[in-house]
Amino acid sequence: MSLPAAPPATVWPGLDPVWSRRVVAPDAGGVPRTWHLLDNGAAPEHGTLLCVHGNPTWSYLWRRVIAAAPPGWRVVAVDQLGMGLSERTPPRTLAERVDDLANLTKALGITGSVVTLAHDWGGPVSLGWALAHREQLVAVVLTNTAVHQPPTAAAPSLIRMARTQGVRQAVCVATPIFVRATTALSRPALPRAVREALAAPYASPAARRAIGDFVADIPLDPSHPSVVTLDAIAEGITGLDVPALLLWGPRDPVFSDVYLRDLLSRMPHADVHRYEKASHLVIEDAPRVAEDVWRWLGDLVPQADPSVRSASSPPGPVRERSGGGDPPGAAAPLWGALSARVGDHATAVVELGTHERRVSFDRLERTVRDLAGGLVATGVRPGDRVALLVPPGADLTAAVYACWRTGASVVVADAGLGVARMGRALRGAAPDHVIGIARGLVLARAMRVPGRLVAAGLLDGASRRALGAPLGLADLVRLGRGRPLPPTPEDDAECAVLFTSGATGPPKGVVYRYGQVRAQLEALRTAYGLTADDRLVAAFAPFALYGPALGLASAVPDMDVTAPGTLTAVALAEAVSAVSGTVVFASPAALRNVVATANELSPRHRAALDGIRLLISAGAPVPLTLLLDVQGLVPQAELHTPYGMTEALPVTDVSLAELEAAGPGEGICVGRPLPGVGLGISAFDDLGGVEAGPTTRPAVSGEVLVRAPHVKDHYDQLWATERESSRTTGWHRTGDVGHLDDDGRLWVEGRLVHVVRTASGPVTPVGPEQRIERLDGVSMAAVVGVGPVGTQQVVAVVVPSTGARPGLAGPELAAAVRSAAGVTVAAVLVVKDLPVDIRHASKIDRARVARWAARVLEGGRVGRP
Amino acid sequence: MKVLVTGASGMLGRQTAEALAARGDDVTVLQRRPSGLRLQEVLADVADASSVAEAARGHDAVVHAAAKVDVVGRWRDYERVNVQGTTSVVEACRAVGVGRLVHVSSPSVAHAGAAVVGAGAEPAHPTAARGHYARSKALAEQVALAADGGPLAVLAVRPHLIWGPGDTQLIARIVERARAGRLPVVGSGAALVDSTYVSNAVDALVAALDRCESARGEAYVVSNGEPRPVGELIGDICRASGVPAPRRHVPFPVAALAGAAVDVAWTARLALPGLPTPGDPPLTRFLAEQLATAHWFDQRRTRSALNWTPRVSLAEGLTELARAAAG
Repeated sequence: MSLPAAPPATVWPGLDPVWSRRVVAPDAGGVPRTWHLLDNGAAPEHGTLLCVHGNPTWSYLWRRVIAAAPPGWRVVAVDQLGMGLSERTPPRTLAERVDDLANLTKALGITGSVVTLAHDWGGPVSLGWALAHREQLVAVVLTNTAVHQPPTAAAPSLIRMARTQGVRQAVCVATPIFVRATTALSRPALPRAVREALAAPYASPAARRAIGDFVADIPLDPSHPSVVTLDAIAEGITGLDVPALLLWGPRDPVFSDVYLRDLLSRMPHADVHRYEKASHLVIEDAPRVAEDVWRWLGDLVPQADPSVRSASSPPGPVRERSGGGDPPGAAAPLWGALSARVGDHATAVVELGTHERRVSFDRLERTVRDLAGGLVATGVRPGDRVALLVPPGADLTAAVYACWRTGASVVVADAGLGVARMGRALRGAAPDHVIGIARGLVLARAMRVPGRLVAAGLLDGASRRALGAPLGLADLVRLGRGRPLPPTPEDDAECAVLFTSGATGPPKGVVYRYGQVRAQLEALRTAYGLTADDRLVAAFAPFALYGPALGLASAVPDMDVTAPGTLTAVALAEAVSAVSGTVVFASPAALRNVVATANELSPRHRAALDGIRLLISAGAPVPLTLLLDVQGLVPQAELHTPYGMTEALPVTDVSLAELEAAGPGEGICVGRPLPGVGLGISAFDDLGGVEAGPTTRPAVSGEVLVRAPHVKDHYDQLWATERESSRTTGWHRTGDVGHLDDDGRLWVEGRLVHVVRTASGPVTPVGPEQRIERLDGVSMAAVVGVGPVGTQQVVAVVVPSTGARPGLAGPELAAAVRSAAGVTVAAVLVVKDLPVDIRHASKIDRARVARWAARVLEGGRVGRP
Repeated sequence: MKVLVTGASGMLGRQTAEALAARGDDVTVLQRRPSGLRLQEVLADVADASSVAEAARGHDAVVHAAAKVDVVGRWRDYERVNVQGTTSVVEACRAVGVGRLVHVSSPSVAHAGAAVVGAGAEPAHPTAARGHYARSKALAEQVALAADGGPLAVLAVRPHLIWGPGDTQLIARIVERARAGRLPVVGSGAALVDSTYVSNAVDALVAALDRCESARGEAYVVSNGEPRPVGELIGDICRASGVPAPRRHVPFPVAALAGAAVDVAWTARLALPGLPTPGDPPLTRFLAEQLATAHWFDQRRTRSALNWTPRVSLAEGLTELARAAAG
């Protein structure tokens, strides 16, 4: 028997030496073995969390989970035999490791409820234990692991390489390459002390022997002795009905999303959270994993933490909603208004541009029907996800409604996210099928988005085959003619996955169910009094799709929809004229360019614009001056601005007249809630926290809470984010901050993550920014905080209209900003421009500005934000 | 209350003695040269233990503000005034039964050159402190706080960058150098620094005296709680004092190098007997760091423990400065 010498505890940051203990227990063959483990020794009132590391890490990996353990939970993190500080043993098979662990838990007297938590190849070991201890098992938690090699994916090439006898010896045992490589996967790099601690037990070839043995035990071919065990585990968990949580680092080059999908196919009820930037060592890259594990377990044991929701939601994505109202199936399907117009040869969709295309209601209805049949014929099933990488227009409209008719869910990511983030977002959503134009298909392949490809647009057979999409939309229409279609989807079936703009972090997938999308259509119809006499012109992507569902003709102007600033006044007028438009949807960036190009309008154009009764500016805050300029172009129109977000739209609405009457205030006035929408404010506490229940008391600032039948169902594979946003039962926490005024109007003061937490309380950015922006010589301003939360200082970063070298503002400008801000400003910095989001080109990335300001105000290099 | 104030020849000690007297305390001051104050006075070297003990006899409390604060000098001079001086004050308090000791310290005792961003009062760290002044004050604070216990309650107050009309340290130096065109902006001038208007520091010392027992045994950083970019603060002080604000920027590495060279040169001159004592050097490494890195503090604990808030804002202080400069 050989035990590795314990390095001094000081080299292990975060690990409390009192957790460390050694226990002797018989191994699978009955030989007594000395285990090392971390054990917080707590009385397991709620249960024991049994943590199993993978290869080549050790129990150190779980230190944050142990440190964050709430009362009532014993945490036992083992070093597998031969690994960490446990005894070095002869090679062990998977079956032996499962039995080793069972003997250890017996020796430790773990008899009550157990939750397993595992990483990497600790996953199969922990699941093997779980299946053998069903009577004790309460839940399973897994991080980047696998139980099965999906036939569609090549085995992780790193592992396959490491499996070659010579390479294995060289990489795993003779040298610390494998050990070091594992800790080097993280971006940004892990702190040196943590990398050293993870590698500490594996300093010599003798200490590393089990690392090679472990790799050799991975059953990559059917004759391997551990195949039977692994297959049994993979089979077994399919029937495991305990709550499951999968916490995933999607940047893992070994256990990619393919394995997440395999696990989900076995445990469809599992909650999932993908930590967008995390890699293989997800718990090192995203330290909040530890809190999230406990939060999730806290929901399973409500009495453990009185602050959590009274009852945990049932496992799985299907959830009861308050305010849904209609019994399932009672309402008309989303395509009801379109189907009703079969035989009507009036124009339904006009696509403007060099090749103007007009599609009648009759034609659209038939295309949708046949395309749906084609989708069914080629394998699209109810509940499948279909990603659509097609620009707004007739094809996209047909594809969306066809998907819905098959009962599938559409995944819509717009190029406004930027190509890389769009690709990652799509890959994460894991579509079963991708319908795309050439560019979209190339992106899908380049970004390894899963799913079968279908070509849209004008592509010949050879190009389609080259892109991996043998069939085009026209082929599907032909294939689908006369085919029966599945029944109308239930209201609680998944309908769409949309993505947030990612202005405050990676884009989040937002899942809507059929009932919620129908509720959204109803909300729009009532809010804007839309009738059969209206015709839509939509220069703003989501609304371009809703014409047919509302039974209204619609046109998309000739523009690059991914760049709203490309909409010209003439293009807008042409689109209006093409459908005799009465209602226009456009984003502020588009309207800005329309105003800028208004001198190109002919009298005919102006006459067409006179027919607009309603112009809706959506997507981002609109300056009053811009609205007034727009009003000059559409004299007959009422100008409206809805407030909402990808998760709930529309929430409130305000007209230009109301905005003018309201005047300036603390934040942006977005008007009153629409019918059927509940609004509440979760008030700030002194430290800027927002744990209070919703109030409608005026002049109370805090997070804006919304409830409405058209609020999103949940975030996709973001369990912790979802829980955070829905922790006030029945409400969606928007992440926006603001207050209600005496007239019930909502004023938005910024994003919760951008609130400055000063010693005298929270400071919200938008009010001071607006006051600073009203100064002569200032074109834009960002108000951010620097320093530790609770004692932060307010910093104003301004863009002077005359341009500036980044740095400290001059004394006159600084004095003017300070007196205008209305809050104490510690420093005034100037920059040439401020970073804004791609989609709306208007939401300032204040977090990035704050990081820059912090660096400059520490005395660091100025550079630019 | 009978209070002994050491170092009443300096701006802070002097104004504290006056403030205590004005509110009715019976105040004695101790320093080497006559203060000109209409108060009981003992002329003595603070390092002279027996004189200090004699002076402290019969007092309820001591405010120990005496210190060598020059930017250059020999270690043994700092050690004698700051460390031995504090030791003799502590011993005197014990020997004659003084109940409260407020020790005037400096935030530099706990910082080693890195930026200080909203920090609290970390423990004094003599080996990491930069320069003779900070190191000797760090040792002094340790001596003072170690004496807390039993009948003697001790606390340390660390005001950061005190300034005000009549200040011969910070303001006079800035003004003199700016007038001579020898005041560059180090780095971008954006480093955020706290400072303390002198009346606020005085109020804090008076408050500390009153809260000495409940807040005993610890150090408290005191500032206006209004950090400003160092370039802006110096510019404001220059404008208020009627001298041109600096325009010339010197990159931090250059300034640090120059400062280090000055450290060596001045030390050499001080070590050579017979040469005239030099005046202030243009820049030291310590000063270069102070001017180029952030130094601002979390004031929440100080304010609640001492039940004190700054009465004079930065803007009001600058107005006072301008009024004094205008004569």
